[in-house]
Amino acid sequence: MQTIYILWLRELTRYSRSRARIIGSLGQPLLFLLALGFGLGPVFQKAGQGSYFQFLGPGVIAMSILFTAIFAGIQIIWDKQFGFLKETLVAPVSRLSIMLGKTLGGATIATLQGIIVFVLTLFVGFHPNIAAIPLAIIFMLLISIFFTAVGISIASLLEDMQGFQLIMNFLVQPLFFLSGALFPINNLPKVFEMVVGLDPLSYGVDGIRGSLTGLTHYGLGIDFLVLFIMTSFILVLGSYLFSKIQL
Amino acid sequence: MQKAIIVKNLTKKFKDFTAVDNISFEVSPGEIFAFLGPNGAGKTTTIKMLTTLLHPTSGEILLDGHDVNKDQDSARKSFGIVFQDPSLDDELTAYENMKFHAMLYRVPSDTKKIKDLLEFVELLDRKDALVKTFSGGMKRRLEIARGLLHHPKIFFLDEPTQGLDPQTRNHLWEYLINLAKKDNITIFFTTHYMEEAQNTAQKIAIIDHGKIIKVGTTEQILKDTKTNSLEKAFLKLTGNSIRDEDASGADRMRQHRAMFRGR
Repeated sequence: MQTIYILWLRELTRYSRSRARIIGSLGQPLLFLLALGFGLGPVFQKAGQGSYFQFLGPGVIAMSILFTAIFAGIQIIWDKQFGFLKETLVAPVSRLSIMLGKTLGGATIATLQGIIVFVLTLFVGFHPNIAAIPLAIIFMLLISIFFTAVGISIASLLEDMQGFQLIMNFLVQPLFFLSGALFPINNLPKVFEMVVGLDPLSYGVDGIRGSLTGLTHYGLGIDFLVLFIMTSFILVLGSYLFSKIQL
Repeated sequence: MQKAIIVKNLTKKFKDFTAVDNISFEVSPGEIFAFLGPNGAGKTTTIKMLTTLLHPTSGEILLDGHDVNKDQDSARKSFGIVFQDPSLDDELTAYENMKFHAMLYRVPSDTKKIKDLLEFVELLDRKDALVKTFSGGMKRRLEIARGLLHHPKIFFLDEPTQGLDPQTRNHLWEYLINLAKKDNITIFFTTHYMEEAQNTAQKIAIIDHGKIIKVGTTEQILKDTKTNSLEKAFLKLTGNSIRDEDASGADRMRQHRAMFRGR
């Protein structure tokens, strides 16, 4: 337990000290929010779908969580060679507790980042159901844990940063663009809808959107169930891969 | 008296390449033991196996009587290590790095012990500075202080003086020799500076192509090779050819790191 706590505390201490990083990582979600929100808003409205900001807000929140969480996980490629993580690998503590501490730390940061973006969306015309914020945060936490663990699993398998670009372009970007963060899933071509349905982030976006605006495609119950099962699975897989790390 | 380190028939194979080939040696408590060899000879692989970062293909390692594979946690408690690459958290202060270490090893993280150790490596006045503001030598000293925090019986140092100026190097060895004497800590180190090994080590092992080709005191080695310095003895034993090693993932990252941090 103490190990989990230390690793969690370490992530938070680092996060609180890197204001530049916090502000820097707000750039991308903010750009999507403003450019797409103002740019596609009128078309969206004309198509009879209502306010695009109302639709896009949760998508951008999920996006910032996705990127922050995966980065937090992937970061261990570096950390196991040049960082504090290497020191934990020779300490008399279990690999499982290191992995869990790291995951919870990364997930907490990703959720905080999601909450910051959520607050920003309020200024550009997102009107959520305030009472449902705790529910939305549960969904944010779930996808935060899920994607941090995905990052850790990948990082456990990689030797250096060479594969990083590949992961960004062929995993992280598709996860985002195919998630229904930017467009409604109703009335999509069947095959495309299936692809979207295979993307774990779709359920996170749907869950956050569903709780904050009442607009949901799969239903909150399904969203939660899918995310819960996938998160449990990836935690087991990630712990296994992490325990196999040799330097 | 129980040996501090016992290595028996240790072998590590990577696919069809044998990095460490059936080596055996012993180190006594309080001894300063130098582990020498050209690049790619198997030094780092051996240290990784000794410190539980890598599983041996076969063979046995006992640290302070604890089997590294069967009794991992006790073995881990018995040693401290300074890696070749810094393993400090740059975004934390010196004090926080120490405190986290104490919590990881479940030793009392009381302020006095940490302060004493920081004082010992002359970093007490910088205890609340972020580690990223430290020079290479300061980081190495902090790592030494950190490695000692849980009272290890054995201290591993992988090229501890690489990239440090002679002043810092001498200073560092003063601490280490003092430590071995005062607290009877066994020091196991690797280095490329033969002079350093000659001056500090009580016993030296030379490894090449995965095999230990010589173990003994400096005098014995000089006598056996009929040379007058360890450097000459080393070259005589391992030959003059330059060893080329394929860059590993870690090497590639080290390059990136050097690029970004200008080291």
